Amino acid sequence: MDDENFLLKASQSMQHALQRAAFGLDEGEHHGPIESAPKAQRAAVLQAPPVIAVQDLDKSFWIPRRAARSIGFQLRHPSRAARYRELRSLRGISFEVHQGEFFGIVGRNGSGKSTLLKILASIYRADAGRVRVAGRLAPFIELGVGLNPELTARENVVLGGVMMGLTRREAARRLDAVLEFAELRDFVDLKLKNYSSGMMVRLAFALMVQMDADTMLIDEVLAVGDASFAEKCLEVFRQRRRAGKTVVLVTHDMMTVQSFCHRAMLLHDGEQRFLGEPEEAVLRYYRLNFGAETAVGGDERPAIKLLDTWLETLDGERIENPPHGRPFRFHLGAQARELLPEPIFSFQLVNVDEVAVCGFSAALHDDDGEPRSLRAGETARLAIEIPVALVPGRYSVLCTIAGRPGGGDTVLHDVRVAEFLVMGSEPRPGMVSVHSEVHAEVLA
Amino acid sequence: MNGVELQDVHGPSALSGGWRRMWELCLLISVTDFKRNYFGTALGYLWSLMRPLLLFVVLLEVFTHVLRIGSGTIRHYPVLLLFNIVFFGFFQEATVTAVGSVVGYEGIVRKTQFPRLAIPVSVVLTALYNLLLNLVVVIVFLFVYGVTPTWTWILLPVLLLLMAVFALGASMFLSSLYPRFRDIGIIWTVFVTALFYATPVLFTLDLARSHSRALARLIALNPLTPVFELARRWIIDPTAPLPGSAATGGLGPFLVSVALFVAICALGVWTFRREAPRIAEQL
Repeated sequence: MDDENFLLKASQSMQHALQRAAFGLDEGEHHGPIESAPKAQRAAVLQAPPVIAVQDLDKSFWIPRRAARSIGFQLRHPSRAARYRELRSLRGISFEVHQGEFFGIVGRNGSGKSTLLKILASIYRADAGRVRVAGRLAPFIELGVGLNPELTARENVVLGGVMMGLTRREAARRLDAVLEFAELRDFVDLKLKNYSSGMMVRLAFALMVQMDADTMLIDEVLAVGDASFAEKCLEVFRQRRRAGKTVVLVTHDMMTVQSFCHRAMLLHDGEQRFLGEPEEAVLRYYRLNFGAETAVGGDERPAIKLLDTWLETLDGERIENPPHGRPFRFHLGAQARELLPEPIFSFQLVNVDEVAVCGFSAALHDDDGEPRSLRAGETARLAIEIPVALVPGRYSVLCTIAGRPGGGDTVLHDVRVAEFLVMGSEPRPGMVSVHSEVHAEVLA
Repeated sequence: MNGVELQDVHGPSALSGGWRRMWELCLLISVTDFKRNYFGTALGYLWSLMRPLLLFVVLLEVFTHVLRIGSGTIRHYPVLLLFNIVFFGFFQEATVTAVGSVVGYEGIVRKTQFPRLAIPVSVVLTALYNLLLNLVVVIVFLFVYGVTPTWTWILLPVLLLLMAVFALGASMFLSSLYPRFRDIGIIWTVFVTALFYATPVLFTLDLARSHSRALARLIALNPLTPVFELARRWIIDPTAPLPGSAATGGLGPFLVSVALFVAICALGVWTFRREAPRIAEQL
């Protein structure tokens, strides 16, 4: 359990690195809102030839009705329908991924994301439909690339390379690069079963990266160790983008999708619910997640569109992750799609355990200080100073937008609009750091 | 990557990725497995040699001194016994390991696309390396017991090939069905023990025939029987009867056993090809 948590946290920090990678690319030329970086390139990317083409893909699994797979049971229930129930995992999926595209696949657990990736990676066979792929794929599925815990890192790198289609010599040549990247040179002859889970994931990720495939298929987690390794990954992703390589990313991390992907697909119960702008995919995903609470009525789109969010220092310098102990500002821009009478914007700052650290809210005022409404098409910009010295860790901002107290509907409910890390060198107890004078003396 | 054409993805199969990759994988997996078996334990190779040797010593004692079969009637009985034990040990090791092999490689099967056939093939290869090492010891014993070398010794590779092909056929069948029918693991362990006694390992077919014709006829149907009979004639005793000759029950049972040999191998190939595409889903 601890391991899983560790991986989860590590993955989250990695996904942050991904976000920064996305920004890094546009540094100097573009300092626009988060979502614009990929958007600017979207049109160009869509002109590129497809490297993955999927048409009318169907996939079902036959789940045993009973756990026991004994022959006696099979004989007593000869018909397949009596022994198994069909689980339709994917239905009528069609899409293309273009060369150089960062393509996101989002959806809730069990929506078919991983199955789709496994079909692309040729691990599962599709029941119907056509799947075509150009070039070599490097899959990173279920936290790994299929490493054998009984073997050493050296043996695993060679074996993994050959598994993924290299010759033995080619795989052996990459050994140094993989170990270098994973920072595991000192452990090359250690069996993997003696590795920590973080080390194992680092090795798997390094191996996948060094495969130098045309397309990476990355399922859910980019779990890696420390910050310096995250930096390295980041550099690799920038390189891949510059080299026009393709990445298909399955993730639950909506910030990654928004900041990194050119396009995103939303899967729900095996059906393709949306394909297009990542922001829209994310909004729809949240709506699925929060059910009816998130959006008003049965509307297709919420009445307000979140444009962008970012953090900056009090001097106005944009930052991804505030350093520990410094106050910073949180910015949010939102555009009304229809009239919102005297909306209230409420925010909750929650830590990694989803415990609320603090909350703040704001209403819009006109020049006379009276509450005002937001008309369709109008954009509201909020800047909120967060003077709390948060202890180092990962935080999210949840946003709720509601109409006038008493009268209005909830337009958005607890939508995660920002995630960031407070960076600090050492862990501290509690939720906030308080600077207090402590007087101590020794009594004789 | 311009110019790379979209190609259809058909999902995993027994041989996806071509022969060359398949062969490379098999060698790599089998050699790493082989090394792991020997470098993981203190005495390494000695252990794998101890097992057949101990079995040999016990059986030799029982059969030559207690039961008193073999010693008088079968030429070079001790060394024949050792050879047979080592030979059958290969088949036993290969198939018993193969049963759970696909499930054992679960982590890799579920995450990587590779020719699934590489798993049973490398299991058989690993067992084959063991057999080759053990045969070195057997050859020492051949000289110790005063067996005269004949030109037919160079036919040993033919025997190895026959054994390997049959072991692979059985392994393909067992390993591909095991993910769906876990009972196979237990059934096979029992079955292979029974097979040990239904194969001319401790005795020879002509000796069995002199005791019970019906039993000998049954044993003659065993696809492994002709291989063991051939081995006896080629390696140990050139005067031993050929499989299919009158002394071993005639042509009929021999042809049946050959047909069974082919049929089991074909069944293995057919099952494995059928199961391979969906094996990852059944784990």
